[in-house]
Amino acid sequence: MILISCPWCGARNITEFRSGGEAGVRRPTQEVSRQEWGDYLYFRDNPKGMRTERWFHRHGCRQWMNVARHTVTDEIFAVWPPHQAMPEFKVDDLSPAPEVENRPELRMVTEKDLP
Amino acid sequence: MTHYSILSLARNALIGHRGWSQVWRSPEPQSQYDAIIIGGGGHGLATAYYLAKEHRLGKIAVLEKAWLGGGNTGRNTTIIRSNYLRPESAALYDHALKLWERLSQDLNFNVMFSQRGVVTLAHSPHEVRVLRRRHFANRADGIDSKWLETDALQDILPHLNCSSKARYPILGAALQKRGGTARHDAVAWGYARAADSYGVDIIQNCEVTGFLIKNNQVEGVETTRGLIRSSCIGLAAAGHSSVLAAQAGFRLPLQSHPLQALVSEPLKPILHLVVMSGAVHGYLSQSDKGELVIGAGIDPNPSYTQRGTVNIIADAVRAVIELFPCFSRVRMLRQWAGTVDIAPDASPIISKTPVAGLYINCGWGTGGFKATPGSGHVFAHLLATGEAPTLAQSFSLERFVTGQLIDEHGAAAVAH
Repeated sequence: MILISCPWCGARNITEFRSGGEAGVRRPTQEVSRQEWGDYLYFRDNPKGMRTERWFHRHGCRQWMNVARHTVTDEIFAVWPPHQAMPEFKVDDLSPAPEVENRPELRMVTEKDLP
Repeated sequence: MTHYSILSLARNALIGHRGWSQVWRSPEPQSQYDAIIIGGGGHGLATAYYLAKEHRLGKIAVLEKAWLGGGNTGRNTTIIRSNYLRPESAALYDHALKLWERLSQDLNFNVMFSQRGVVTLAHSPHEVRVLRRRHFANRADGIDSKWLETDALQDILPHLNCSSKARYPILGAALQKRGGTARHDAVAWGYARAADSYGVDIIQNCEVTGFLIKNNQVEGVETTRGLIRSSCIGLAAAGHSSVLAAQAGFRLPLQSHPLQALVSEPLKPILHLVVMSGAVHGYLSQSDKGELVIGAGIDPNPSYTQRGTVNIIADAVRAVIELFPCFSRVRMLRQWAGTVDIAPDASPIISKTPVAGLYINCGWGTGGFKATPGSGHVFAHLLATGEAPTLAQSFSLERFVTGQLIDEHGAAAVAH
């Protein structure tokens, strides 16, 4: 069983929650190109390592929250309400795979890149 | 390579089976290849095989970070079918199915392909409507599909709970007779052996750690066994495609999820068809060893654990007992998960990438095994010619800019 510590309800089984995908994705507010719109709609980070994401306590308080989770161990390092900044957290020494991978900076696929 | 036949079997039976040769070599990586395939699963090995056989490419290497077929090729529920809703998908998966039909002969290796039939159940009037739509779409696309009313279904599957008092009563089903199963390990081994016989270097325990890219043209890969140069590289890495793409500096519209399966203790023959249900969300078949092979859904959150959470398999087992109450006391032997790469439209991506000379074949999600021969066949064409064949043109990365998606969510028998 994986527990998520809801900021309002405390530690609850993951089955009470709905995964809401990557955190911090913003809908473009201005006129954007097709690439930028496609990037917003379809492209999400898929890291093998630490990931910040949104979760919804569907069968609980029905509040959204941010979660920092390691995708290789499913270990959850921090949970915080959506209006707050990410808290500082320590990666536990006892954790099986604590190291976050150094990924090169991602760049968007542009129209001229595509076949 | 020893040609497998009744004569070679008889000869070896007489000489105490001392005459069998090694099935494939384990060569040291060379410094340069005409083409490199990253990923030694079914798709990567099939790509190498068709590149060598049909496109006559000289020096080809398959790089596998662990062992052959140890990823999703060895972790799926071995179901093969082509009854997809959209014409683009139906054509691609049926191309694969046609290759399956002669694969054992083609590879001279028994992949135990069994066209036992795949039944997809409908449990509500709405599901009947959706499933009949797919049934007719399949017929229009030239794919065999037969509609079964509940009585006819009960005749074929006497143990299936077709009672009208069931919690989710079965109101009808679509049957694809040409669908079935194959032995997943044998597919990897058969392709590896056949590719090796054409001179393909299959290099295991060789993980790609980076790409050598100059002026936006790929020139090679950094690996745990050194730099290997090639200006034509194909990624066939399933759940780890995003990780490799990030190393090459571009993003993919994929999310990697755990997908679980489990098998029971062996039983006497009881289930001769593959049975799938979207409403209760379970699918199962019986292997030649007698085990019930049960597939679960994906975990809703992305993860590379290759483990999955317990509640998901509990749901799958509940679904199976709803369909077959007689299996309620069957004990389960093993459970595992693979990491599946799912695109926003649940369709594969077979495409050029922003880096010249680097091609991807990914996004097969929960349904890659059935496509293995077709996937390798079209990807080999893309690698050899630089252009996707007609069958694969709709599956380019460009569709996530144009919006021309091939929506197969839910249409693929069970909703993942």
